[in-house]
Amino acid sequence: MSRIQPTFEKLKQRGGKALIPFITAGDPNPQLTVSLMHALVEAGADIIEIGVPFSDPMADGPTIQRSSERALKHGVALHDVLDMVAKFRTTDASTPVVLMGYGNPIEAMGWERFAVRCAQVGVDGVLTVDFPPEESHEAFGHLHRHGVDPIFLLAPTTSDERITQVAKVARGYVYYVSLKGVTGAGHLDLSAIAQKIPHIRQYIGLPIGVGFGIRDAETARAVSKLCDGVVVGSRIVQEIEDSNEEAVIANVARLVKELRLAINQV
Amino acid sequence: MQRKSPHSSMRLRKLAYNYPDSTGHFGPYGGIYVAETLMGALDELRVAYEHYSVDPEFKAEFAYELKHYVGRPSPIYHARHWSQKLGGAQIYLKREDLNHTGAHKVNNTVGQALLAKRMGKPRVIAETGAGQHGVATATVAARYGMECVVYMGAEDIKRQATNVYRMKLLGATVVPVESGSKTLKDALNEAMRDWVTNIENTFYIIGTVAGPHPYPMMVRDFNSVVSKECVVQMPELAGRQPDAVIACVGGGSNAMGIFHSYIEVPGVQLIGVEAAGSGIASGQHAAALTAGKPGVLHGNRTYLLQDGNGQIIETHSISAGLDYPGVGPEHAWLKDSGRAQYVAIEDSEALQAFHDLCHYEGIIPALESSHALAYAAKIAPTMGHDKVLLVNLSGRGDKDMVTVARVSGIEL
Repeated sequence: MSRIQPTFEKLKQRGGKALIPFITAGDPNPQLTVSLMHALVEAGADIIEIGVPFSDPMADGPTIQRSSERALKHGVALHDVLDMVAKFRTTDASTPVVLMGYGNPIEAMGWERFAVRCAQVGVDGVLTVDFPPEESHEAFGHLHRHGVDPIFLLAPTTSDERITQVAKVARGYVYYVSLKGVTGAGHLDLSAIAQKIPHIRQYIGLPIGVGFGIRDAETARAVSKLCDGVVVGSRIVQEIEDSNEEAVIANVARLVKELRLAINQV
Repeated sequence: MQRKSPHSSMRLRKLAYNYPDSTGHFGPYGGIYVAETLMGALDELRVAYEHYSVDPEFKAEFAYELKHYVGRPSPIYHARHWSQKLGGAQIYLKREDLNHTGAHKVNNTVGQALLAKRMGKPRVIAETGAGQHGVATATVAARYGMECVVYMGAEDIKRQATNVYRMKLLGATVVPVESGSKTLKDALNEAMRDWVTNIENTFYIIGTVAGPHPYPMMVRDFNSVVSKECVVQMPELAGRQPDAVIACVGGGSNAMGIFHSYIEVPGVQLIGVEAAGSGIASGQHAAALTAGKPGVLHGNRTYLLQDGNGQIIETHSISAGLDYPGVGPEHAWLKDSGRAQYVAIEDSEALQAFHDLCHYEGIIPALESSHALAYAAKIAPTMGHDKVLLVNLSGRGDKDMVTVARVSGIEL
């Protein structure tokens, strides 16, 4: 069973908000990914999103695309990512792990086999950026059957009709994209988020995470007030890119601790 | 050509074909596979297209522009001399190379620009590989007074300097794309990113019959003027419809254009010709239907060149316009349903056809179209003199001078 819902319930009981950092599996190299995952947890992550590298990450900005390219240079494939999660699970049985990526690598593996593997290695949720609910009843059926949560994006432009569609298949949490654009872009509009989140809650009972464009502790704090969790991706991936290999883990941990502290002040 | 002969209309007994369905699917292919951030924009586009595609005023303006700006109808030409040399079937060429801007691409950009205008979008963006679609987009942007940004792979910019200059002359901003393989597919990714960021004021003019619904249908519809003309012209010129229609396929827009009205006509074989590059066995090619597997990329399900892990692989063709790892979803469906056949032609065969058409007919074809010509040249000698092949001469070869010269060891 997925660890996501219990995690949000625990947070809710003590009035906390989820910190959900994102890294790309295999970036800067495959050997560091599991250690980075543990470091994220130690620094205060509640849920970890792991990017599955893809050759054509259309919805991502340049920072995350470069991380995908670095991972692909090391030949990191979907089955390697699943192996990394399995290794992570040998010493961490409780932190939810969500895979985030594009549909084609999963298609190549086959959705049923993928869902089975996710359940085996301890993946709790899967966010397939380019598979909207309308196209993917069969795919998400496999995830449901194996106790893996399909996570969906909602955008400022998502109609109420589509929020209703998403509500039918979504599990775990929904991920609200806080700006118009790609990951890591521009500045977000807090007042727009403050308006949209209560609106989404009329349709979906799941916790709502907000991401895309959260670049510092101050923004993370402000956003976390408005929702149930904040997702930070490009800023962390940027830190990985800017760090020497020996310093990657320490630098990422420092950044995530800052974010944690900021969110705890809410 | 306005008046159909009784002979031609009698022969047009129709087969039922009604694709895509209301959600943009061609059998299992097509669809809308994009991030949530684009769904709103695609919905807006679909509603607008459904409205204007049947709006008499829109249709009249489109027809007027095609006639007076593009120069339609394009003629069909009987390549007698070349057919005679090949010694078999008669080859007819649909002369899309004579259009304004030199290829079929402008049929679609005129249509989409007119739509953008009605949707109140003052800014258009496009991706381009060889630069033909970029030029066709920059052209209509100038014509209708729109801001134009064209994304082009940094590698392609180096290979296609003339077209880059052409776009700039026409007032477009050309943005080099440095990510990934720095070619067409990366330019497409980048254009999508621009679109998602500037959705309010921007219309994305996709250049081929790929991408999320409604693009494959819309681009096909705008290009289907090609086969609508052929259906009338062929009986007038050849006394009947062709035995086979042959077109090159990269993304597949010129092929869908010349296939579309013929899909429902029994007895007309449809043949798409992909780029086999250095040979299918070499792995250096761009033949998604011939050697690829179904998957999801750039908003639709279709055949893709990909590795065993679902990563898209780099393609190779002497023709930049065919250098794309996917193919329009309607072609995937026509292949699976058996209504069309797909074959592949190597660089060297396309070059031979290129030179032969120059030599025997005084027509310099685009390297893309040369793939279709090469396949016609391959099968014509195996057919009787009374058989008729119709080839889409989708573009002219002026843009390919440097490439062809270089292959011949000449630096221009």
